[in-house]
Amino acid sequence: MVSGLIEKYFRYNRLPHIWCPGCGHGIILRSIVKAIDELGYNKDEICVVSGIGCSSRAPGYLDFNTLHTTHGRALAFATGIKMANPNLKVIVITGDGDCAAIGGNHLIHAARRNIDITTIVFNNNIYGMTGGQYSPTTPKGEKGTTAPYGNIDKNFDLCELAKAAGATYVGRATAYHAKLITELVKSGIQNKGFSFIETVSVCPTYYGRKNKKGDAVNMMKFLKDNAINIKAAKSSDAERLNGKFLIGEFYKSIEPEYTDEYNKIINIFQKER
Amino acid sequence: MDKKVKLMQGNEACVEGAIAAGMRFFAGYPITPSTEIAEISAQKLPRVGGKFIQMEDEIASMAAIIGASLTGLKSMTATSGPGFSLKQENIGYASIAEVPCVIVNVQRGGPSTGLPTSPAQGDVMQARWGTHGDHPIIALTPSSVRETFDLTIRSFNLSEKYRVPVILLLDEVIAHMREKIEIPNEDDIEIINREKPENDIGEYRPYETKGERLVPPMASYGEGYRFHVTGLIHDETGFPSNSPIVAEKLIKRLIDKIEVNKEDIISFEEYNLDDAEIAIVAFGSTARSAKSAIDMARDMGIKAGLFRPITIWPIADEEIDELSKKVKTIIVVEMNLGQYVYEVERIAGKNCNVIGFGRANGELITPDEILDKIKEV
Amino acid sequence: MPTSITNKELIIKKDWCKGCGICVEFCPKKVLALKDGKVEIINLDACIKCGLCELRCPDYAIFLRGEI
Repeated sequence: MVSGLIEKYFRYNRLPHIWCPGCGHGIILRSIVKAIDELGYNKDEICVVSGIGCSSRAPGYLDFNTLHTTHGRALAFATGIKMANPNLKVIVITGDGDCAAIGGNHLIHAARRNIDITTIVFNNNIYGMTGGQYSPTTPKGEKGTTAPYGNIDKNFDLCELAKAAGATYVGRATAYHAKLITELVKSGIQNKGFSFIETVSVCPTYYGRKNKKGDAVNMMKFLKDNAINIKAAKSSDAERLNGKFLIGEFYKSIEPEYTDEYNKIINIFQKER
Repeated sequence: MDKKVKLMQGNEACVEGAIAAGMRFFAGYPITPSTEIAEISAQKLPRVGGKFIQMEDEIASMAAIIGASLTGLKSMTATSGPGFSLKQENIGYASIAEVPCVIVNVQRGGPSTGLPTSPAQGDVMQARWGTHGDHPIIALTPSSVRETFDLTIRSFNLSEKYRVPVILLLDEVIAHMREKIEIPNEDDIEIINREKPENDIGEYRPYETKGERLVPPMASYGEGYRFHVTGLIHDETGFPSNSPIVAEKLIKRLIDKIEVNKEDIISFEEYNLDDAEIAIVAFGSTARSAKSAIDMARDMGIKAGLFRPITIWPIADEEIDELSKKVKTIIVVEMNLGQYVYEVERIAGKNCNVIGFGRANGELITPDEILDKIKEV
Repeated sequence: MPTSITNKELIIKKDWCKGCGICVEFCPKKVLALKDGKVEIINLDACIKCGLCELRCPDYAIFLRGEI
């Protein structure tokens, strides 16, 4: 027996999923599906696209139109899908390496176009599928199998990156703050434009073990204790914010959407005919 | 009805052919000498309700056309040398996921940035083996502007029929040369569309084939079938599998769907071969020089003829084998330092003498040079 | 119409449980425990059917029936 939500939206005969014990990805995925359920969309109109990595296995478990593409390229495939059929609600599930390293160029350009795609990054701060190499979001000084003496790269703030590139909806939640994920994803899908939601996941197997963060429970507690909603942060003093990170809805704006703009061009000629 | 007669270059004929074939999506990135294909697509597609997008790079362009094709639109991209290299990973994706699409590669001098404005035929092997792993591919190569129009349509047709990426291999000369062409009436153009599933929703297995037909029917995203597509080895349901049995079955079917249908896929031209003692094998713009050389040789009493592969992949092995039993020598002329010649040698080498004649300095091979080679033999 | 709290039933799907302990830790009423690497209900009477276990179970192995 499975829960109603899982039964309705998951290809549950493919469960249990491949993710490690305590991996935050399963929590995030359920929260996304909850958002789709609350929005009441028909399953046929949802298209979920992913790249390569742990996060990118997610679409295979979902009962929608699903596409598991090549490493880093999910947004480029998704752009083709959305352009070709703007009626589809296109959601991209990606990881920190997939989205910000090999796929970084596609991210900034999809954001720049403000194409109506909702991108959800499962950020576990590491390359999990290949066994724990440092990623563009591994904090400076922390370890990975390819940073045995500590990572000397500066890490990206993915939300700032997406916002600067032109995303019209930006937010962050964590695997602990599952209800917030649902809220942000709902708003993101409803935003007519490029929406970017960073979900901070936990990877006890690689990131946690390499950096002595404890087990999954400890890592979840860390998220609980160190994430501050941007609304609360506004009324907090600097001392309370020290060392913490922000979650919540960071940015939204209304801008022309890409497929709408292209349809205007098509319409010029339809009137002519 | 009057037929339309127009003066146009190869790149323009390519877009005209694509739109006639039903192309409704193009994604590309500017690169010489293919750029006109993107420019003309940008101009013409919205007029027929189609879509054009200039992506951030060639990798993204290849990805976008696969995505668009999955929603049911006939899709194409065009590029040249460096961009063709960038597209390779996603060409492999289209091969394994069996997503119909057309990739035009206007060959220029390489390697790397090489000779951006000069012709070459150096991507022959890359067209066949550019992406990693064993994979199916079809590649066609025209040698005139009119043939570019026809072969672009044929590229779409083969792509739809066999659910395989089709590479249209032009060279800079064919792409930029202007010729008068007669555009056929719409009714006279054969159009093939991908086979759609007849299953009830829920019973659709996206990679299940029926009987002798090795190509599974293809649903589009948004039609209600809700299927999964992956670049991983997958079974008939479309979901990944690590089983060696599943892997072998899939790869074998992907290769076989081209192999057993070679007769339908392979096309070629024979010129003065009936009594020939020397056969030239040449394609693209080089075949035009070869034809002139053969005419000159005939005037001198040398029995020379031309075998021009139009489908260069898969190779016309049976026809080349037959040819090798009739002639004394085959000369493979190509604008590279020896690529197709090794394939021809593999097939013909046991029966006749096979020699290669090529160059990779950005200059065309002239009829006189080919004639000299014929006389040498 | 939402099902009333009393109608909800706490269900464990043991074969999907990977024993991470997240549900155990964040259950506000200490209803759950890990035993032999799998979750178990140790104090059902204390359960307030809040659903936090379901919300944070990465493996969909624990849920309230009667609610989607």
